[in-house]
Amino acid sequence: MARITLEDVEYVAGLAQLTLDDQAKQRLLKEMGEILAYVDKLNELDTDGIEPMMHVLDISNVFREDVVTGSLDRDAALRNAPKTDGEYFLVPRILDTE
Amino acid sequence: MEYEPVIGMEVHVEISTKSKVFCGCANEFDAPPNTHVCPICLGMPGVLPMLNRAMVEASIAVGLALDCTISRWSKMDRKNYFYPDQSKNYQISQYDLPLCHDGHLDIEVGGETRRIRIRRAHMEEDTARNVHTLGSGESGVDFNRCGVPLLEIVTEPDLHSAEEAHAYLTALKQILEYLDVSDCNMEEGSLRAEPNISIRPKGSEELGTKSEVKNIASFSGVQKAIEFEIRRHKKILDEGGAVQQETRGWDADKGLTIGQRLKESAHDYRYFPEPDLVPIVVDQAWEDTIRETLPELPLPRRARIREAYALSEFDAGVITATKPMADFYEATLSAGAPPKQAANWLMGDFQALLSDSKTEIQENKISPEQLAEMIALIEDATISGKIAKDLLAEMFDTGKDPKALVEEKGLVQISDAGELEAMIREVMESHPGPVADFRSGKHKAKGFLVGQVMKLTKGKGNPQLVNKILDEELEKT
Repeated sequence: MARITLEDVEYVAGLAQLTLDDQAKQRLLKEMGEILAYVDKLNELDTDGIEPMMHVLDISNVFREDVVTGSLDRDAALRNAPKTDGEYFLVPRILDTE
Repeated sequence: MEYEPVIGMEVHVEISTKSKVFCGCANEFDAPPNTHVCPICLGMPGVLPMLNRAMVEASIAVGLALDCTISRWSKMDRKNYFYPDQSKNYQISQYDLPLCHDGHLDIEVGGETRRIRIRRAHMEEDTARNVHTLGSGESGVDFNRCGVPLLEIVTEPDLHSAEEAHAYLTALKQILEYLDVSDCNMEEGSLRAEPNISIRPKGSEELGTKSEVKNIASFSGVQKAIEFEIRRHKKILDEGGAVQQETRGWDADKGLTIGQRLKESAHDYRYFPEPDLVPIVVDQAWEDTIRETLPELPLPRRARIREAYALSEFDAGVITATKPMADFYEATLSAGAPPKQAANWLMGDFQALLSDSKTEIQENKISPEQLAEMIALIEDATISGKIAKDLLAEMFDTGKDPKALVEEKGLVQISDAGELEAMIREVMESHPGPVADFRSGKHKAKGFLVGQVMKLTKGKGNPQLVNKILDEELEKT
């Protein structure tokens, strides 16, 4: 049952960019452990000879044709932006290579 | 120690569909920022993407051209990461079941053919463009590029030199251009090549630690970046160090790669199946339909053209370098031009006119029929080859028929023996010195006399006839 450690919780929280206090970490440790235990239970089923399900939907090939149907006005597109100069969405400067 | 470089290549190519991959926004380069955006490509909550059929078909075509197996069943996945080049905090891509896999591309390096295995080619959406030059100290995000269909083509680590990498990219670009699925413009970013490089002691089977290089804007840049990385790895290993697995950026001005700050856990993308898009099933019939639409590909076309028209390997290579060029050539032959002459004109003067004016052959004013007609005028001695050069330039500027231009400009070659004879006598009389020289055995003097005759005829004298008559006249003492 000790399928998940505190480090795992912290790692997953980090990937999701969440900051958790100790209490939240303990609660998630318990809850995530329970979820994994439930999946373990499913693993008890004999699935020999059953094709894996790769996708939850049992339909395929839903496409749109390659037609331009238009876009939003820029003002509308930028209306909900936290910050904009009227042309771009503005974000804190990205320092990737320096 | 002697090392062997091991190189793999990732190529991202933007597919030139009319609309984006999951929405109906225009797929267009260079539009004003954030004018080709909608709730889907902006990643608004509650929207549903829908896959563009043209993207799937173009991707299958590329897969087939690279001898890939086309997956009967494939799906889209979410690749999760935080970066301001997309707003959903995931990119829709393909993970464990790419549309195309296990293909190969043959390349030629130093006269040898090498087979480069293609691991996979998968569909994804391009990301937004970040602009760092706004002056406000902030970065701008332009979502016009977000959702542009992108095909990622990944090789096995089968390349062993910068030269081979260059040859691979050239061959791949040629195929993509033949298929007409992308502009393949590296400067505009519609084709992006990211090599990964490692080195190992020669003879070793084990792979060394690799570095991946991004931000390269040209094929020659790829070659230089690889050469730089090979040198860098060698130095580290020779000094007893260990190469770090990392992504590095190419600085074209300085000619070196710079380690990019490692984003923490950047490589744990927690892929999972995209629940908003249904699986893609390609049955044999669909695959066959697409296969039938494939054009003749560069290598087979080159071989056929070389054999069918008895061209040299070099000429056949130049003629088939691009599909428009090869199409133009074969159309010129269909219009009756002899293969060798058509090749010479196309590769020589015509190519020079195209290059000088930066014109694409398919956009130029001369038609294959007109080029064939011009060559016919040389063949039947209406005009000389020298006149034809001027004529071709005139045709190139005006798009007029060669026959009409010949009449308009009075370019018809003088093939009247009597007329030429009179002119030749005139030249001989006004240049007694060279005539005497010739007759006293200095045969070089003839060249001068031919030149004077051509000058007198304004270049329109039939060269064979001028030579023949001049010889006869000089024999008479």
